[in-house]
Amino acid sequence: MVKYILIPLLPFIAFVITILFGRNHIKDKAHWIAVPAVFASFILAVSAFMDVLGGKVININIYSWIVSGDFNVSMGFLIDQLTAVMLMVVTSISTLIFIYSIGYMHGDGGYYRFFAYLSLFVFSMLILVMANNYLLLYFGWEAVGLCSYFLIGFWFHKKSAADAGKKAFIVNRFGDFGFGLGVILIFLTFGSLEYVKVFDSAGTVAGQTINILGYQFDTITVICLLLFCGAVGKSAQLPLHVWLPDAMEGPTPVSALIHAATMVTAGVFMVARSNPLFNLSASAMATVAVVGGVTALFAATIALVQNDIKRVIAYSTVSQLGYMFLALGVGAYTAGIFHLYTHAYFKALLFLGAGSVIHALHDEQNMQKMGGLKKYMPITYWVFILASLSISGIPGFAGFFSKDEILWRAYLSGGLGRFLWFLAAGAALLTAFYSFRLIYLTFHGKFRGTREQEHHLHESPPVMTVPLMFLAVGAVAAGWVGIPPIFMEHADKIGEFLAPVLGHPAGEGSHAEELAVMGISITVALAGILIAYIMYIRKTDLPGKLGAMFQPVYRLLYNKYWVDELYSKTIVQPTLKASDRIILGFFDAKIIEGIVNGVPALIGAFSRRFRAIQTGLLSTYGLAMVLGAVFIIGFWIFLK
Amino acid sequence: MENIILNSLDYPILSWTVFLPLIGAVVLLFLKRADVIRWTSLGVTAATFVISLPLLSNFDKGTYKMQFVERYEWIPSWGINYFIGIDGISILFIFLTTILSILCVLVSWRAVETKIKEFHIAILTMEAGMLGVFVALDFFLFYLFWEAMLIPMFLLIGVWGGQNRVYAAIKFFLYTLVGSVLMLVGIVVLYFYGGRTLDILALSSMQYPVTLQYWLFIAFFAAFAVKVPMFPVHTWLPDAHTEAPTAGSVILAGVLIKMGAYGFLRFSMPMLPDATRFFMWPVLILSIVAIIYGALVCFAQKDFKRLIAYSSVSHMGFVTLGIFALNTQGLEGGILQMLNHGIVTGAMFLMIGMIYERTHTRVIADYGGFARLVPWYAGFFIILTLASIGLPSTNGFIGEFLIIFSAFKAKKLLGVFAATGIILGAGYMLRLYQNIFFEKANPDYETPGGHHPVWDLNAREVLTLIPLIVFIFWIGFYPNAFLSYMHASVQHLIEQVNQTAYAGQESLIAEYIREIF
Repeated sequence: MVKYILIPLLPFIAFVITILFGRNHIKDKAHWIAVPAVFASFILAVSAFMDVLGGKVININIYSWIVSGDFNVSMGFLIDQLTAVMLMVVTSISTLIFIYSIGYMHGDGGYYRFFAYLSLFVFSMLILVMANNYLLLYFGWEAVGLCSYFLIGFWFHKKSAADAGKKAFIVNRFGDFGFGLGVILIFLTFGSLEYVKVFDSAGTVAGQTINILGYQFDTITVICLLLFCGAVGKSAQLPLHVWLPDAMEGPTPVSALIHAATMVTAGVFMVARSNPLFNLSASAMATVAVVGGVTALFAATIALVQNDIKRVIAYSTVSQLGYMFLALGVGAYTAGIFHLYTHAYFKALLFLGAGSVIHALHDEQNMQKMGGLKKYMPITYWVFILASLSISGIPGFAGFFSKDEILWRAYLSGGLGRFLWFLAAGAALLTAFYSFRLIYLTFHGKFRGTREQEHHLHESPPVMTVPLMFLAVGAVAAGWVGIPPIFMEHADKIGEFLAPVLGHPAGEGSHAEELAVMGISITVALAGILIAYIMYIRKTDLPGKLGAMFQPVYRLLYNKYWVDELYSKTIVQPTLKASDRIILGFFDAKIIEGIVNGVPALIGAFSRRFRAIQTGLLSTYGLAMVLGAVFIIGFWIFLK
Repeated sequence: MENIILNSLDYPILSWTVFLPLIGAVVLLFLKRADVIRWTSLGVTAATFVISLPLLSNFDKGTYKMQFVERYEWIPSWGINYFIGIDGISILFIFLTTILSILCVLVSWRAVETKIKEFHIAILTMEAGMLGVFVALDFFLFYLFWEAMLIPMFLLIGVWGGQNRVYAAIKFFLYTLVGSVLMLVGIVVLYFYGGRTLDILALSSMQYPVTLQYWLFIAFFAAFAVKVPMFPVHTWLPDAHTEAPTAGSVILAGVLIKMGAYGFLRFSMPMLPDATRFFMWPVLILSIVAIIYGALVCFAQKDFKRLIAYSSVSHMGFVTLGIFALNTQGLEGGILQMLNHGIVTGAMFLMIGMIYERTHTRVIADYGGFARLVPWYAGFFIILTLASIGLPSTNGFIGEFLIIFSAFKAKKLLGVFAATGIILGAGYMLRLYQNIFFEKANPDYETPGGHHPVWDLNAREVLTLIPLIVFIFWIGFYPNAFLSYMHASVQHLIEQVNQTAYAGQESLIAEYIREIF
């Protein structure tokens, strides 16, 4: 048991030590604490994985966390097949990112702080995947949000970074708003928050309804949609995707960590974890699939025209996450998790590769000012090629197997699924295009930066390139654990491994169909690469011409559909204005304070009037007395 | 009496706890040197804390009955007794009070340099008054302590406060007094109706006609709602909190405004169950309004301290929401959230006081970049910020979660509205944090080079904050240590609230009021 608890605890201890003693004692040796801690976590995770592989499922409650009346929840861990896979992904990629950061963050004033937050991030993510109940999941969920706040805003002296960190946290809170209510509703429905108990009794709740504002809704559907709200926030799906592209304000290793190993995968994990609930609600599943499919295409179109190298990759993450949700939505949970796992490798590789480029160019991120880096940075170039082939879905590479599985499952689910397959296949074309546009603009052609920059161009040090090479192996080979039966019987190891938790996807298709769908994926991928080649290598004046020709479309995409501006105008600004002018300026200051200060003022005004009577002149008082006496006597006489 | 347990210790522990600060205040009268006064005051508050500790270890968590009870006849001809005791609802407030009092003395060490003796006498008198309110089981005694607290607080604001202190002090005094007077009327009515007794427990076990309950509820509500403060009678709070000296703000936010909610728990609910259930909805709606309204107002604040003051309105909205949801989670969450708010907002006012000593400004726009200038300060403040916005692992999460849970359980829509508070809370607190600690620093405060270089926390200040930080995580990770004290008493309270005294005898007025709501 101690072994399993140590998996999250080690990074946490590293965090505590580094944050407390980093400033004055540890300083630039911070990695000597963080890296061994996360590596030890990785070793323990491997060991836990082996235990699960051997048929063991660990479900332990450590202590009772909150008890209040009939509400009861524990701190407890569940390590089953799904968690085991997540543990491997999180710890292995984190370890590589940690090592890479030693080189990338070298010399930064906040070096110790960086490793402290990274460790906290890994701890939070491990809690998230290891929780055995929804409230502890929520704990990890919020904690990764906090870490993203710290790390995105790492260079907090920049307003843009501070803004981006805050934005990430608050946008996520919008999702958590739904997620939290979902957790509460789960308890009120099932009387427990423990996965095992909830899922065991899920069947008995099916068909129950819940009254909301007088209308009856299916309870399970409401629960699933509320949970999905959280997933939409954390995994940056429409309409809460706006925080993720801004998240690149953080140092590049952070982007890699957020986009690949932690944080954004949380939403996918949570929906997959809750599959016994989602399976009971067709409408919730359809919602997940549609949001995923539409996001996949939507984000890919934005990535087409961005010039910031990290922004392209960021939108590509949003798009790829869309694929994962599409898979979950059509019931192919295994495919979703499979893609999460392969994506983790090639996306971490893309980001760290971009970091290597940015490092060499002294913080230049605009691809229009790059070019021809191939000969200066061969390792970075080649790993970039591998990662891009993988994300584009070229056969043999990791991304091919997982993405093809998703497309095939979407196609198979028919009806709505077939339409979403069409969107996703379109997105695959765009994916291949923007990935290779990035490569051609960055590494091919002539260098377009300053002479000064060109003079300093260099390959990154081994501490950075070695992790890149490890990740490249993953980007190529990670998919080989999920080879579809059509190529090889019993080679879909990951599918079989995850089946006890995630089940088998429904639907059967003929071999011919499967090959046809695969053929289409491969064709569009190659087409995308070819178009990028023509536009950015052969006819380099073409992009400019096209941009001018379709000016409105170009501007729409370049400005990311103006979603940020829309939110600013409709939510942020009105809230600020209303609170300042209406609530504080009018209601609080005028109405309430008007009454509070008005009553004494009124009394004061009255007393000022009546004070005039007290003149101090005896003659006046005498007159008043006489008049009063006459009045009373007269009153008495006449009424009697 | 079947619902009390006489003091099992061989000394009157509660009386010692309540009156030791008062004895200390008397001793201070005879002292002259500033440092001797400070150390004595610190010693007295620390001693009060230490002698109250056996309460925790000897407390029987299994019963709702009043414990450590002391009861003597005082003015028998009027039925007035010296009657004190604590149960699962009040015990934790004793410790909140004793701990915060120590910290108030510590934080005022250098901040208060005028009328030092009088200041510490006020603090100690205040502590005695607050402790008295939480232990009193006789209405006369209760009212005495309740009103006695007003005077030192009035002086703390009016004498040692900020620029606008006189206005704030008078406003605070009048606001509270108007409410209290109505409560006094309520007490007098109870006195005659209950057969000329002021015994709170005896009055709680009696049954009152429904119409009388409504009127009494309104009378008590006036006093308690102002103290909480609930919307729309909250406007004394920003002025009082902002103008009070640091120690005053800490006591106000930490303990004083809890008295209102404590009043609901101790008097309104057990004595007036029918009225409580009847007025439940209006109070719940006012609570929701307070949560959202208080949060929105925070977005518009330009003053550091005022923003935190207004955030109390929002947080106390959560407290009343939980209490009036009338279920276990709500009551326990509400009580816990009172402690949480006392700890977190108390600590925030401490920290604002500390930075004010350095910068002499409370205007948010004067700050910026302080994470670089005073990193330890920034580190402590982020913990408070996170606790304030209810991040899991902090105490704020446990309280808010239980309260939203209870509201959702009572009525789904309430839970939904309450949950918007967590978005708004994150919004204004992170905005504040960014404005104070991130981005460019005001060159005035640069060390070296500025006109007013700021320095990081010193050992005394860290020592002041550490206990509260410990509680933040203690409650966050192991709330059962605190919740377990409440279970029996809260369970009993729920039983009391759910008994229907005069079923089917609602008067026409009641019908009329029901129509309105």
